[in-house]
Parts: sequence; structure tokens; C-alpha cells
Amino acid sequence: MGRLKTITRRSLLIGSAAIAGGVVIGYWRYKTPYENPLLTELEAGETALTPYVKIDQNGITVIAPRAEMGQGVHTTLAALVAEELDVTLEQVRVEHGPASKAYFNGAAFEEGIPYPATDAGRLAENLRAFTQVPAKFLGMQITGGSSSTPDAYLKMRKAGAAARSALVAAAAEKWETSTDKLSTGAGFVYAGDGQRIAYTELAPLAANVELPDDPPLKDRADWKLLGRSLPRVDMIAKCTGNAEYSIDVRLPDMRYATVRMNPGLGGKLNSYDASAAKAMRGVERIIEVDGGVAVVASNSWYAFRAANAIQFDWGEAPYPATTAEHFAAAERAFGGNPDSRLRDDGDVGAALQDGADVETEYRVPYLAHATMEPLNAVAWFRDGRLDIWAGNQNPTQATKDSAALADIDAENVHVHTTLMGGGFGRRQETDFILSAVRVAKAMPGIPIKMTWSREEDMSHDAYRPLAIARLRARVAAGRPTAMELSLSSPSPIESQLSRIGLAIPGPDISIVQAAWDQPYAIDHYRVSGYRPRVMIPLTSWRSVGASQNGFFHESAIDEIAHAAGADPLQMRLDLMTHEPSRRVLEAVAELSNWGSSLPAGVGRGVAFVLSFGVPVAEVIEVVDTPSGIKILNAFAAVDVGIALDPRNIEAQVHSGLNFGLAAAMLGEITIDKGRVQQRNFNSYDSIRMSQAPPVKVRILENGEKIRGIGEPATPPAAPALANAIFAATGRRIRELPLRKHINFQ
Amino acid sequence: MKLTVNGVIHEVDVSDDMPLLWVLRDELGIVGPKYGCGIAMCGACTVHIDGVATRSCVLPVSAVRGEVTTIEGLGTPDALHAVQQAWIDTQVAQCGYCQSGQILSAAALLAGNPAPTDADIDRAMSGNLCRCGAYPRIRQAIRIAAEKLAGTG
Repeated sequence: MGRLKTITRRSLLIGSAAIAGGVVIGYWRYKTPYENPLLTELEAGETALTPYVKIDQNGITVIAPRAEMGQGVHTTLAALVAEELDVTLEQVRVEHGPASKAYFNGAAFEEGIPYPATDAGRLAENLRAFTQVPAKFLGMQITGGSSSTPDAYLKMRKAGAAARSALVAAAAEKWETSTDKLSTGAGFVYAGDGQRIAYTELAPLAANVELPDDPPLKDRADWKLLGRSLPRVDMIAKCTGNAEYSIDVRLPDMRYATVRMNPGLGGKLNSYDASAAKAMRGVERIIEVDGGVAVVASNSWYAFRAANAIQFDWGEAPYPATTAEHFAAAERAFGGNPDSRLRDDGDVGAALQDGADVETEYRVPYLAHATMEPLNAVAWFRDGRLDIWAGNQNPTQATKDSAALADIDAENVHVHTTLMGGGFGRRQETDFILSAVRVAKAMPGIPIKMTWSREEDMSHDAYRPLAIARLRARVAAGRPTAMELSLSSPSPIESQLSRIGLAIPGPDISIVQAAWDQPYAIDHYRVSGYRPRVMIPLTSWRSVGASQNGFFHESAIDEIAHAAGADPLQMRLDLMTHEPSRRVLEAVAELSNWGSSLPAGVGRGVAFVLSFGVPVAEVIEVVDTPSGIKILNAFAAVDVGIALDPRNIEAQVHSGLNFGLAAAMLGEITIDKGRVQQRNFNSYDSIRMSQAPPVKVRILENGEKIRGIGEPATPPAAPALANAIFAATGRRIRELPLRKHINFQ
Repeated sequence: MKLTVNGVIHEVDVSDDMPLLWVLRDELGIVGPKYGCGIAMCGACTVHIDGVATRSCVLPVSAVRGEVTTIEGLGTPDALHAVQQAWIDTQVAQCGYCQSGQILSAAALLAGNPAPTDADIDRAMSGNLCRCGAYPRIRQAIRIAAEKLAGTG
């Protein structure tokens, strides 16, 4: 016990340094960190030197407490610790670790403040720092908002440095020398005489050493891992079939379940007849769950087959029955008071009172996340303890919701966060986990793997909202003199909060995200948000409000340039007020050879969107052919402030851009008779190899601070493509998906 | 019935119409082949049957004629197939969920066509969805693997 107590005290000291590191930019300092969650789960011989570093005789484990959904976060976060700990990436094992408030994401709420990311003034910085306070006290271990890297950049390096410092001090004590005579490298402490000792051997001694409060960090010039392209820690497993997603988890005597819920989302189950299903091969149990029925069988396919054989009488959906009515609600919202008006420069009313040169409307539909791995979770309820294996973006919320449902204390819930076959925002919801917990609770002692069929997944999403934008603008002398953009969309934040029992405390800034805060100077410039009621469940979808507003704002700017007789890229440069943003536009112009002549039928489109603090400019080149539009090339320039892993950043730009193109070309969720009509990839397709263009990427580092790149490449893709189609064909398409108006090859 | 997977003969007792995918995953515990759509639209379930890329989510197990190879049988971390090696060298995978299927489709393509054109790659690979949009690197890795297999890489 003596040793454990010592470790607890030590780790609190080290943890204090690590967590305070996240807030040095603000005035708020945390006196009391959360307890190190690793200490309760330590095995014999293991030492936890901070919440991020666990060492035993066999090796070093780095906890990368953000969910790996493809964005490479496990590699980048582990590299932050490894750099300062002075170990190679090959030397460490990387784990997501347990769900814990200690791993709260301090940067997750920054995008929601009413200051643009380009504002580094004292008020804006103070408010950003202040968002760490609710982030800490809510203790949400959330992966999203392109915030993992900015959140971890200081605190995980500090954690590595603190652990290294403890190990060096332990070696100094052992060798009866002073720490300044020692050095470290690749997992060893070295003495001047060539003597060395492994970290794995030193760890138990390190637990007894006092530490400085604020360990110094390496200069950037001394980085060995950061700033370089590293092989991903999950790559070999993912190329050999050995990567474990929650859908792959296997437990002794596990049963396989699926669920059918009311296709009218949130509607009741009136009655059902499962007599045929019960008699089918492999079926073990039919269980009524909240709003539906679960089938438990000896094989997932037996469960799917039996679920298809159940006759249901569903209650009505609690929202309008057709997509047209949902759009009508968004139209009506323009007649009410604005939800937000965060930009209102000059006097737009006066500037537009004599009419507008450009006056038009844009629309985008609801979208599904359609992760490659359908929603699933494994739950095992035994002896008052609930274990959950799930690829998920919010394990602390999953713990809380599951504990409430199982009626046990949260400390008896253990969420094991696996790799995810895609997240895109969907896996921060807990509904799919709770569907597993419900069955596990009804069958205590038996591990249950709950898999939603693709059809259930797609038709029971929490969707990207539909949205309408109205534009009025005046132009003179080759540029806009007035621009009014009014945006109406139901609120994903209101919908998310309602599911955890909270009301939205003010406006939903995501409704105007990446429209109100763009670094353009226009004399009379107004962006207003309008908020119709939430009808179907909504949530974050890769880049959230920027996913639609990038299309609206940058289609608008393109139309304005056309009306003003200006080159669309040059006009953007003329309006630009933010130097790093100007540089990405210039970079993409150079990459794409903007302005050079093109063959007949070929057109180029440009778009610029600053979201999550990252300015991104993209150019798309298309050709109009008798069999439809073909995307020939894509070019992207991004500025992440500090590029930790260039090859991974490039991959995220490929990914974000293709995700945006897929939605722009093809994505549409519609509703009829209260039901989502798309149920699989045959009616909700995505971009495929033959349609995906070569992508050239340039990464810049002129930005004020380090930024995350999981989302920002998505928003400019749709407007760049629509603007390219306009350049190639003269057709201005103002509604997504584009395939409703033009064919693609 | 008997089923040969990755060189091992298995005896399975399931409904004749159970798709091969679910025999592999839930009966045999071979989880490299993934469930994505169940209707042969995404390719995550791709396996080889006597070397031919096949969507295992729609193939009844009773209709399997030949030896099944899954990603686990194509190559292992210690003995990688050239396509897997190219995938690792190119750092293709992001979420990785579709990659078993992508790699098996690419391996089948190269086995029959050692020097595929872009159009050949489009044809062979467009049945495999990647929601991460890793397509540029998938194409690059196929080219690298082709050169390696041809001995010019």
C-alpha cells in the first residue's frame, strides 16, 4: 500500500503540471486536477507516471485519450509524449485508455465562441481560455471539433517531459549524482561515463521522486519526431486484418443481437408480432427495447433475418411527414427574429434599400454520416459491473448514460474505446451503445454484440441539418459593396443537448459557422442565423455548420465576383484581411496554375473557407463531357500553424476534400411518410475511385497557433466544385446534391 | 458443410443461405472481412475465392466453390503480401475499415493484370467504398505494388 500511496501523490504532482499546461494562455489556473485514472487499474509491476505514461518491465505505454477514427490521432498524440519522454515511437504501445474526466478536452468548445478564430485580441483569448472551465467541469472526454491536437499540444508534451524528469531524477538518486550530469535517449538514461539504465527498470524508483511544477520543453529545433512524417502506429494492423474495431470484439459465449426501431424517428412501438421470428434458426430471445425490438441470436445474420420477419405497428413520427415540410419550416424561420447576428458591418439596410445586383437562394439537404463500420457495441453486464466495447467519440458520456440505464454507479461502468471504422461526428452519440446495454441488462452474465444493420444505421442517424441561405448583394468597381447572407437551419447543438437533458443556453453559432467569421472586408456585410425547430435528430457532421455554410458563402462570393466582372480568386485576395488566409489563396493559385488557359469544356473553381481556425483554399478542375461532369484535379492549401506530421495532414486533406465532394455530388437524405427514405449505399452513395480526383496539397505554417485538420478541408470542396461546374458549363447550381441538376461521369 | 479458409478446413453447421461473411466472422472468428452494407455495394467484405475477388456478404455459404482467402491469409505482419507492403509504405489506411477489402481487390487485379492502367484501376476498385476518401493513396499504392511485382520497383 505504501507504494500505491506514493504513486498517487506523485502522479497528482505530475498531473498538476500536465493539466495546468493546457491553460497557461489564460488567467485561469487549475489547483486541483482530476485523479489519475490509470492508478485504479494498475497491474502488478506497473507504474503510472502521469495520466498519459504507464511503464512496466516490459515496456512503455502512452495513453492517447482521443478516439482513433482514421484521423491519425493516436500517432500524433503519442508522438507528443514520446518526443519529450525521449523514446522512439516504435518503443511505445499506444492505448486509448479508460474513460475519465482527467482526459477532458479543453479545446472542444473554442469554435463556439462569438469571436472569429482570426481574432487574437485579449477579450477573445480570455474567452477562449474561459471555455476551458466548463470543459473541465463537464469533464467531457470528447473527440471532435478538430480540437485533439490543439488541446494536447502543450499538455501531452508536458506529460512526457514530467515523466522524463522523474526518470532522470530516479537515475540520479540511484547513481548518487546530479541530474545535470545525465542525458536521455531512446528509452534510457545515460551517465557521462557511458553507463545506462532503461526507463522500464527505473519506473518504480521514479514514482518516489519530487518533480518540478512546470517541466521545460524541448526547442522545436531539437524535435526528433514532431514535424516529421511518422509511420502510423495502427497501419500494419489495418493492412493485415488485425486492427480490432468494436464489431470485431469476441468474448466467451457471446451472443449476437440487432435491433429494429421505429422508422419514424422517436415514434412509439404500438405492437409487434414476432411469432415467425421466434421460430427461426439461431434465434434465442426477442426483447422489447425503447421504441423497438431487439433480436438475440447465435449469429448476427440470424438476428438480421429474424428481425426482418417481425411485423410491426409503429406509432407516428413526431415531426412533419415530408422533406418539403421540413424545408418549409426553415423558410418560415426567416420571418421570425434572428437567432444570431454576429456580423453586421456598415449599414446593410441602407446599402440594399434600392435593391440588389445579386439576389438568390441556396439549399442543402439533410445528410447521413454513413461510417463504413455500421453502428455497434458490445456490452457485458455481470455482478453489478458493466463492460462496454465501442468505437465512440465520447466515452465519459457513454459511461454516464449507460450507468443511468443500467441503474448502477458510473464507477462500475467500464467503457473500452476501440478503433472506429469512421466517426464523422456520429459516434459522439450514445444511442447505439445504449441499445447494446438494454439487451445486456435483460440478459445478465452474457456478453452481447449489438450490430445495427446498414439499413438501421442509415435510417436512424442523427443527421446533418438541412439549410437554406438567402443572399442579397450589391457590387461596384469589381467587388461587393454590400452583402447580406441569411441562414436558416435547425440546430444540431439544440438537438444534441436535448438528448442529455439540457436546453440550448443561447444562439447556436454553428448555424452561422464559417459564414459570419470569414476574413473578408466588405463595407456593408451582415450574416444572420435563423433557427427553426428541431424536427429529426441532428448532430455534428464533419465540419458541422461549416459543411453547409462553406457552400453558401463561397457560392455567394463566386456569384458576386461574376456579377462584378472580377476574377473570383483575385477578388477574394482583394477582400482578404488575414495574412495566413491570403497566403493559402496565393498558394492554391500557384499549385493549380490559376489563370492559365484551359481547353474547351474545362473549368476551374475556387473556394476559401476558414473553419476551426484553419484557412483552407481549394481549386477543383472539371471537364464537361457528353457522359457528364468529370473531376480532373483538385488542389488544396491549408495552414495549421504548426504541422506536426505532414504526411498525415496531407491524408486528412485528401479525406476532408473527398468527404465534401461526396456530399456535394451525391448526398441527400429525404423524408416521406415520416421515414428516412435512404437505407443503404444503393440510395445513398459516396464518391468512388473512378470519380475521385488526384489531389495536390500544400501545407503552410503562417497561422497564429497550432490547429487540427480533421475537418477544415471539407467545407471548401462543395463550393469549389459548384464554381468549377459554373466555369465549365455556365450553369450555376444552387442546390445540393449537384446530381439533381447535372450528371457526373 | 466443409469450408477451406486460408488453407484450413473448417466444418460448419449453419443455414445453407447464410452469407459466407457471417460464417467467417461469427462462426469461425475470422474478422478481417468486414460487414459494411450486406448488399455488395461497398466491398468491405471482399475475400478471394480461388483468387477471384468476391463479395462475401451476398454469397450463400452453400454456393462457395473453392478455397477462401481472407486478408489474414493474404499476408501477415511478418510475411506481407506485396500489396500490403505497398499499402504500408504509402501509409494508405485512415480508419482502415474498408482496407481489407481494398487490398484484396487490388491483389486480385494485379494477379490478373500486372500493369493496370488508370481505367483498369477504376474498374477494379470502384466497387470498394472508402468513406475516408483515401483514394489517391490507394491508387498510388497499387502502382507501387505493380512495379514491385513486375520486378521494376
